[in-house]
Amino acid sequence: MRVEAFKHGLLMLLMTIALSSHAATQPGDAALDAQVIRITSNLRCLVCQNQSIAESTADLANDLRRQVREQLQAGKTDKEIVDFMVTRYGDFVLYDPPLKAITLLLWMGPFALMVLAIGSFAWTSQQRKKQPSARLNDTDRARAKELLNTHDDASEVHS
Amino acid sequence: MKAKALVPLALFLVLVAFLAIGLTRDPHEVPSPLIDKPAPDFKLTQLQAPDKSLALKDMKGQVWLLNVWASWCVACREEHSVLLDLAQRKLLPVIGLNYKDQREDGLAWLKASGNPYTISIADSDGRVGIDYGVYGVPESFLIDRTGRIRYKQIGPVTEKVLNEVLIPKIQELQHAS
Repeated sequence: MRVEAFKHGLLMLLMTIALSSHAATQPGDAALDAQVIRITSNLRCLVCQNQSIAESTADLANDLRRQVREQLQAGKTDKEIVDFMVTRYGDFVLYDPPLKAITLLLWMGPFALMVLAIGSFAWTSQQRKKQPSARLNDTDRARAKELLNTHDDASEVHS
Repeated sequence: MKAKALVPLALFLVLVAFLAIGLTRDPHEVPSPLIDKPAPDFKLTQLQAPDKSLALKDMKGQVWLLNVWASWCVACREEHSVLLDLAQRKLLPVIGLNYKDQREDGLAWLKASGNPYTISIADSDGRVGIDYGVYGVPESFLIDRTGRIRYKQIGPVTEKVLNEVLIPKIQELQHAS
């Protein structure tokens, strides 16, 4: 957890440096940089899909960070900026996709699997209870004793 | 008892089926939310005639193809001969969006390998590209008479895509209304 927080902090720091050096011609504003990073960290880069737009060095990610920066400067809200991205690239850009008919399986799948797992566990344990008792009756016990004795005799002979 | 023993095998086969389907899909092909939506507006200068411009409204009333290309784009070379073929058939105007390119480089590339475009427009800072949700060049958008995007091809237009998808769609859109 600590390591994660540290990593995140380090990333933010590096990104701030990278962004501010990139935008050298624009007035350097640390608060704006932080806002750009905060928003773009939650957006997936379409070119290198395992990176966020904040992390990616892809040309498109660069342009999109510039877009976010300009829109923030124009006073757009977070929601307006995210909507801007979604209308162009779809829900795919969101690391936190909305609950819709098409994403229902994504959201409900894990819970469905959990219910299924608990259900099958309950069912098997129920089945196990129904099986005939493993307790020995008197006849069984006598037979077991007899078998054990035979075994003992045999081992005595060998030793 | 025997049927029960087959349950893990059945589950395994289901997993294999899912993975097999997953392998046939290209994760880079993200479906565009712009399909069947009005094409985003633009007004850009023409590559060959920088004193002239072309806007979305100039294309209204005809079915046309917007092809995003660049001189630096390797996959564009792959589709170039197919686009030249399409241009020769004179089915529809093909507008080239010269995406994030230097003007001289774009012109040199057209001169060297042939120009399939009715008109090319220069999107040097990539803003129109962003409006169209372009993330991997080449991309092509088929736009209908009313200015709606009806099909998006991500990646090069191959001969197969041209003959089996694009041309039937073009004809269908041209015959409609």
